[in-house]
Amino acid sequence: MLKIENLHAEIDGKEILRGLNLEVNAGEIHAIMGPNGAGKSTLAYVLGGRPGYEVTQGSVTFNGEDLLAMEPHERAAAGTFLGFQYPVEIPGVSNVQFLREALNSQRKSRGEEPLSGGDFLKLAREKAALLKLDMDMLKRNVNVGFSGGEKKRAEMVQMGILDPKFAVLDETDSGLDIDALKTVGEGINAIMRKPDKAVLLITHYQRLLDYVKPDVVHVLAKGRIVKTGGPELALQLESEGYETVAA
Amino acid sequence: MLDATTYPTRREENWRYSDVDALKSLDLAAINSWREITVPAGETHREIFTFDQADGTDLRRLRVTLGKGAECELFAVSAGSQYARLEVEVTLASKAHFEFGGVTLGGDSTIREFVTRTIHAEPDATSNQTVRAVHWGKGTGNFLGRIDVVRDAQRTDAAQDFKGLLLERGASANAVPQLEIFADDVKCAHGATVGQLDEQARFYMAARGLSPDMARKLLVRAFLADAFAALDDEAEQERLLEQALTVLGDAV
Repeated sequence: MLKIENLHAEIDGKEILRGLNLEVNAGEIHAIMGPNGAGKSTLAYVLGGRPGYEVTQGSVTFNGEDLLAMEPHERAAAGTFLGFQYPVEIPGVSNVQFLREALNSQRKSRGEEPLSGGDFLKLAREKAALLKLDMDMLKRNVNVGFSGGEKKRAEMVQMGILDPKFAVLDETDSGLDIDALKTVGEGINAIMRKPDKAVLLITHYQRLLDYVKPDVVHVLAKGRIVKTGGPELALQLESEGYETVAA
Repeated sequence: MLDATTYPTRREENWRYSDVDALKSLDLAAINSWREITVPAGETHREIFTFDQADGTDLRRLRVTLGKGAECELFAVSAGSQYARLEVEVTLASKAHFEFGGVTLGGDSTIREFVTRTIHAEPDATSNQTVRAVHWGKGTGNFLGRIDVVRDAQRTDAAQDFKGLLLERGASANAVPQLEIFADDVKCAHGATVGQLDEQARFYMAARGLSPDMARKLLVRAFLADAFAALDDEAEQERLLEQALTVLGDAV
């Protein structure tokens, strides 16, 4: 589904990703762990197409298509989703309005009919319930006045509504208390644990992986994948630390 | 006061950001004519102004006199003409209220402006003015807001809020608040900021599948909405916002 080859990327002329290789197949959940500054968020932003993140070498294909040649909104329409580490507040734009426009933009570019207001609200209500987010929160402005945990749950509600094929979740577990972590983990499973979907979970900690069991765990250090293993690798990292395992 | 026998020049404070050349397409009598509105005690006058002609000069000058407890609500969408100017001079008796909400939008080398003079002539009157300006190309939006509070006009509560949003380098927004306060128990709040579209928000919206045009439209709409928040008719608010946004299609 996603194939990254020899990816080099820089920000302001500083190279962050230095020859990263990664392949994620449909039906798989991969976790990427790594110390601060390893390039985890940079990888997420490069995949999302954030301006300022320049790819200098390598390729990324998504279902055989050149992902890097697409504009950010085209990547979303192609079926990718980026869960933000720091979801952005948008004063004056309600979640409902934002997500309905976003969903219908995606549907339009795929040649599908737009969803009516009623059908959209039904869908939104269902996904909000899944993530135990009060529907009233979705009537409020995007992320404005949301707590850290609410923002992360709202991200997953967005993912549920947009129903992507492939999601990159950048530290979706940060800022969550134990109960919210469980809710978010179960939400990710419900939305993405499917034979035709895949997830790249970026995280510092093992704890989210108790709920969302990864098929493959990678260690990212200094802009490269330095080690790949099964779920046991995450446990080893948790007990021994990055320095020992990634050395 | 303007000398009625000559055209205004940019040397005059009230015309310093104006397109004074464009004014010359009008005759002096037209420039110097003011529409008079008197709102009797206790009554309300609401009016909506739209500036949507394709080109040329569109100048409207209004002199409003509010009786005791009278209210005047003016809302304006200024998104047409090479040079558009709405000028309002309002005099408030005690407990009167003046509400002004206006948006200017424009690209190319258009100039669109609001010039208000709010005279709190008696105690206990209130005024609230909210202006939003969105410009691109070499477009300019101006808000010159003068507030006079006379010596006896105690407990005046006057507020003025301006925000400019520039979509491109080369566009400009000018805010000139001017407060002349001669009473001592007075609240006069004024604020002015000029900024650009939030790049983080744009990327966030793109990451959810919104095209750059659609993302910009939603952000600009949210930005403008404050100007009509005091209009207690939601359908009318929507209509004004949609009307304002139609010209946004010209922006890059």
